[in-house]
Amino acid sequence: MAAFGSLVLLIALALAAYNFVAGGVALRLLAVGGPGGQRRMSPERLAETARRAGIASFVAVSAAAFALIWSVLHNDFSIEYIVEHSNRALPTPYKFAAMWSGQEGSLLLWAWLLAAYGLVLRLSHKADVKLHAYAGTILAAVQTFFLMLLVIKVPPFGGVRGGIIPEDGNGLNPLLQYPEMVIHPPMLYLGYVGFTVPFAFALGALMMRYPGEKWIHITRRWTMFTWLFLTVGVFLGMHWAYAVLGWGGYWGWDPVENASLMPWLTGTAFLHSVMMQEKRGMMKQWNVWLIFSTFMLSILGTLLTRAGLVSSVHAFAQSTIGGWFVTFLVITMAVCLFTYILNRDHLKSEHRVESLVSRESSFLFNNLVLLAACFTILWGTLFPVMSEYIEGTKTTLSGAYYSHIAVPIGVFLLLLTGIGPLLAWRASSFRSYRRNLILPGIFGAIAAILFVIVHRKSQYDEGVFYSLITVALGAAVATALVMEYVRGTAVIHRQTGRDIFQSMFLLVGRNTRRYGGFLVHLGVVIIFVGFSGYAFNQTAEMPMGPGDKMNIGPYTLTNLGNTQESNHNYDTEFSQLDVYEHGQKVLDQPMAPEKRTYLVNGQPQTMVANHSTWRWDLYVVYEGRDQTNGLPIIKAFLNPLVMWIWVGLMVVVAGTLIALIPSLSPSRVTATVPARGSLPPSAATVGLARSGD
Amino acid sequence: MRILRLPFPMPLLRSLQALLVTAVVCFSLGATDPTERFNELGHKMMCTCGCGQVLLECNHVGCQTSGGMRDELTTGIAGGQNDSLILQSFVQRYGATVLAAPTTQGFDLVAWIMPFLVAALALVGTIFLVRNWAKNQPSLAVAAAQSAGDPALDAMRERIRRETGTEV
Repeated sequence: MAAFGSLVLLIALALAAYNFVAGGVALRLLAVGGPGGQRRMSPERLAETARRAGIASFVAVSAAAFALIWSVLHNDFSIEYIVEHSNRALPTPYKFAAMWSGQEGSLLLWAWLLAAYGLVLRLSHKADVKLHAYAGTILAAVQTFFLMLLVIKVPPFGGVRGGIIPEDGNGLNPLLQYPEMVIHPPMLYLGYVGFTVPFAFALGALMMRYPGEKWIHITRRWTMFTWLFLTVGVFLGMHWAYAVLGWGGYWGWDPVENASLMPWLTGTAFLHSVMMQEKRGMMKQWNVWLIFSTFMLSILGTLLTRAGLVSSVHAFAQSTIGGWFVTFLVITMAVCLFTYILNRDHLKSEHRVESLVSRESSFLFNNLVLLAACFTILWGTLFPVMSEYIEGTKTTLSGAYYSHIAVPIGVFLLLLTGIGPLLAWRASSFRSYRRNLILPGIFGAIAAILFVIVHRKSQYDEGVFYSLITVALGAAVATALVMEYVRGTAVIHRQTGRDIFQSMFLLVGRNTRRYGGFLVHLGVVIIFVGFSGYAFNQTAEMPMGPGDKMNIGPYTLTNLGNTQESNHNYDTEFSQLDVYEHGQKVLDQPMAPEKRTYLVNGQPQTMVANHSTWRWDLYVVYEGRDQTNGLPIIKAFLNPLVMWIWVGLMVVVAGTLIALIPSLSPSRVTATVPARGSLPPSAATVGLARSGD
Repeated sequence: MRILRLPFPMPLLRSLQALLVTAVVCFSLGATDPTERFNELGHKMMCTCGCGQVLLECNHVGCQTSGGMRDELTTGIAGGQNDSLILQSFVQRYGATVLAAPTTQGFDLVAWIMPFLVAALALVGTIFLVRNWAKNQPSLAVAAAQSAGDPALDAMRERIRRETGTEV
């Protein structure tokens, strides 16, 4: 199977390279024109062979991925990668996870997903043959790079070192032996890799000086799907870190986490500002560079974490591929810059922002804040490297640094989440804007007052201050967003006489993108409120023998006993803790935090016990044994509002899915609206959309 | 003399001012008891065992480093040293990497300034750009201002927006 895997990878490389070269030649011939009759093959036919090579490349890469999965499942320890990342006792689901637990496998996953995206793109080429040909060729160039890496530098089917096949492998990193690890990396990769498609369309459209904004319509769904995958991937990573690393938090500003957040931020900025191009033909240069940056940040993230440039607790695979990625980044940057300089006159805006108080300028500021956040994270991630180069000492930048810098930016972003949707395109009057702000302002003030009353005994440090601001802003923004639904629903209810639920369904159905987007914003608010709970985290820690009690918040933990068990994969020791709140038993089953030690490599893993409620998480960790008395050390955390983060994510996902659904086609009825003389006669009668009747 | 008309009523501004002052007062209150200082300083330092975690959050089984560092911190606080002195003694012992965040001296200062500087420049630049665009489009700007100031047009725009679910 190793030989088969290597062979199909080589074939995939040849096909991708053909797709790139033949596609490039065909597009060049089509661009310069001239007689095609004397040629042995017309440019159109050459482009078609390139497209088919791209499709065949997907089949070959899929075969390689299948070969690796088959080898893992069948414990083929003649392959070095399988020896390093699997063992016989590894449960089957985690054998799939072994595919992306190392350098070679994760790059193969990248190539496979890129090939799958490419397949969909090439099969849907009839939407616009020429634009798809450009995008397909650019995609093939990226695919060629990754396949070259896999064939030359980090072959996943390389033979075992020394030629002696071991009886068993070294096993999977224990941190990766967790259910979410089976879906978190593919989700994240679907996001990273997916941004290659809008990047390819943007670059292709610029190269061919594509008229109009059709390329944006074609790529909008791609971008939203990709953004959704990346969002879910990032949050699954947060949940995994929360459940597995056992330090009580979900985001540690680790370089790997930062690497996933940076393209998410620029991708989010692109999703917003692209609306200005769609609706008003503005921000064309900005959008092109946003999507270029998003793609390059995805590559930079891989470079940062996989090439050992910065150290990370998440970097499960590092090697010497840094030079390859730097070269690829430089070439990508040069191509983007060259294409932009050559065709920048094609990107002139049709309109400009006319007022500071308008939807357009809110998008501008939204972009500004998102990019400021991205720069801050990039700066923080690279600063240790810079400080080491300049001063000779590597400065550490932990969560404390990011809390000071990124939190204010996040709060400002939350503010814009609410303000933006209230503004009209072109210009809003202060009068209407003020009217829209009254109710949100009242709810925000009420939330702030309630917060101060509830936390009157708290020490007001920086975290609590930001928490207060977040809760007040969150209440105001949520009110503003809910008002949009209520107003629209009430109008439809009045117009059609339908009940409230049907009216809301119609409202959302008529403009899924707008109301799905509002739901995404509402999800973001819920997530921010969840973050605000971090300021009130409590911890307690003590060695606990049977019968010992520990108090944290309103809870009392009573240790029922400590147990040791073994199975074929790991030894485990755990404590069983009954939980009481004000003397009443809270849980039927005791909480059982455990510490596993994997037999194959002796590595430990924490299995957190978590009792999650709307109010807070009671998060209990078995830290190990006290060296003086041999008792298990139990550490408990009381983390407020964490569940809100996961619920907020679900709302974001629901909103994005709604936004992806095409709007109901409206039928038109005519209603006469009284207007003053300043309007042209044609504007006095306004067509009102009404669907379903 | 030209009277500046604010877009918000004075009572609202006064309330905001009061809220801000309250928040600043609350923000400036801080505890100085030893437990609070231990917690605060422990979160300003990293564990040096290589885990890359903040000192008080290192949860490695049998970590040989964090226990000793915590004891040192407790001793320093009990000995009456101020925060700066304690941090300095840790830097001398474990190197600058023990600090969880850059200092505010030398090149480290750049780490703090740069994000705010870039954000501020971008903000000012954007405002300047938008104002410049608005100025260079006199006819559109006038039309927008006129239509924006007309309550009847505002009301109509609002109604159309509500009833069609689209922007006007």
